[in-house]
Amino acid sequence: MTNASNAAPAAAQGGRKFGDVILDLQNISLRFGGVKALTDISFNIREHEVRAIIGPNGAGKSSMLNVINGVYHPQEGKIMFRGQERKKMEPHMAAKQGIARTFQNIALFKGMSVLDNIMTGRNLRMKCNLFQQALWIGAARNEEIAHREKVEEIVDFLEIQHIRKTAVGALPYGLQKRVDLGRALAMEPEILLLDEPMAGMNVEEKQDMCRFILDISDQFGTTIVLIEHDMGVVMDISDRVVVLDYGKKIGDGTPDEVRNNQDVINAYLGSGH
Amino acid sequence: MGFFIETMLGGLMTGMLYSLVALGFVLIFKASGVFNFAQGAMVLVAALAMARFSEWSNAALGGDSLFLANVIGIIGAGIVMFAVAWTVERFVLRKLVNQEGATLLMVTLGIAYVLEGLGQTFFGSEIYSINVGMPKDPVIMFEGLIEGGVMINKEDFIAALLAAVLVGGLTVFFQKTSVGRALRAVADDHQAAQSVGIPLNKTWVIVWCVAGLVALVAGIIWGSKMGVQFSLVTVALRALPVVILGGLTSVPGAIVGGLIIGVGEKLSEVYLGPYVGGGIEIWFAYVMALIVLLFRPQGLFGEKIINRV
Repeated sequence: MTNASNAAPAAAQGGRKFGDVILDLQNISLRFGGVKALTDISFNIREHEVRAIIGPNGAGKSSMLNVINGVYHPQEGKIMFRGQERKKMEPHMAAKQGIARTFQNIALFKGMSVLDNIMTGRNLRMKCNLFQQALWIGAARNEEIAHREKVEEIVDFLEIQHIRKTAVGALPYGLQKRVDLGRALAMEPEILLLDEPMAGMNVEEKQDMCRFILDISDQFGTTIVLIEHDMGVVMDISDRVVVLDYGKKIGDGTPDEVRNNQDVINAYLGSGH
Repeated sequence: MGFFIETMLGGLMTGMLYSLVALGFVLIFKASGVFNFAQGAMVLVAALAMARFSEWSNAALGGDSLFLANVIGIIGAGIVMFAVAWTVERFVLRKLVNQEGATLLMVTLGIAYVLEGLGQTFFGSEIYSINVGMPKDPVIMFEGLIEGGVMINKEDFIAALLAAVLVGGLTVFFQKTSVGRALRAVADDHQAAQSVGIPLNKTWVIVWCVAGLVALVAGIIWGSKMGVQFSLVTVALRALPVVILGGLTSVPGAIVGGLIIGVGEKLSEVYLGPYVGGGIEIWFAYVMALIVLLFRPQGLFGEKIINRV
């Protein structure tokens, strides 16, 4: 481990400013029975940065994401969210705290239209109670319209206007990935977790996705945590990178630092490089 | 002509009542992906609770106010249905997150037996009556239009109207509100629903409550028509072909399916019955459902099954 985990970020790499540490993971260990998925991992995430978690298959990247999202509860270690220790919680509680995510194997509501899918992301922000909604009276209706406008903005942002009313199950893979991102964005999250957003995409789709990720970071200032094993993509768009291998952290720092880290080169790129 | 219309109207109104029960199936399926075999038992329990609570409160009130007794009966039955919904979520569904549809189906079979048993233990197993002041006498309508007019059963008419209002309301609720959307989201993908902050537990309680409410309305209407007794459970069986015909995932499908089967049953009985020795009404619905399945496996209005390979 050559780079300190708290290495000061290459400040304002793309003109962006990083804020304080928003999420601090301290000595996280996660086991499934006898299998060690994560061993003593510590790193932090600063506001407004694009933070990548990379590593070969089976390195524990998705487990790490699921820990942040509240799906898995680590046996050891602490998670500090905005300086306070986070208690054991359910995934929907993470959503309430402003943590949104996308899925590696797209998990959209297949029978529903693109608009309805993205609207589900607004659910937490809707305040009308069940009875108002059941009666479909003024307040509930106005609220629905207001949120619908926000959703249209996201649809424009992601350039998916032409498929707004299409059932998601009928869309090609690349567009489904975009809808998945749209649903997470609709939550206006503070932290956006992207689980292999580029997996299975062709070059053109990958470029589009990179552009969206950078635009989200620039325009909304959302903190983005990104899992990817496409090394090239990650180096281009992230501010800081954590490298995992066999559930252990082997590198942490700016893309350049990580690229030149011998452990990373050996473990991730293979000793031949 | 008058007779034909009379038969058809009769069919439409019976159909509406089938729709009401079918709606219970569709609601739970849409919102949790579970085919709820316990719907019939829920109708029975709701009707039993309603009948007994109003009977007891009527006795307590000294038989003065039937209206008040009925209101107490309905509130009591509503509380019972809420308790059922909460219990089912707490002790059954919560343990079964992310399980196969078949597992959940078998569980509802179990729930059906438990409900039938408990319902009769608590409320008794005799035949009870529900009297919510439904008019029993038939009226003659459209005398000016058709010679001799058309005889309509007032009770059926009011029941059909009630069912129509309920169905309309629920359709809007499911399609237009955020809670409705959350329910559909949970049905589609548990994990994704949680990731956008939809709590599964609360959602399931809401779904089963709504299904309980529908069961209560169906229970009151059917109960006041044919008395509250164990055979109410079989009403659910008659709603099965309606659900298959209309599509498991479609609220409008449940209504149209109910109407088609109601009318089909009555017309076939009257016009085809004499040639084959009658008794068509009993099996006609199932045959219709089978034919629809041959051509449209998802039912008339069901969501098209999309499989990308």
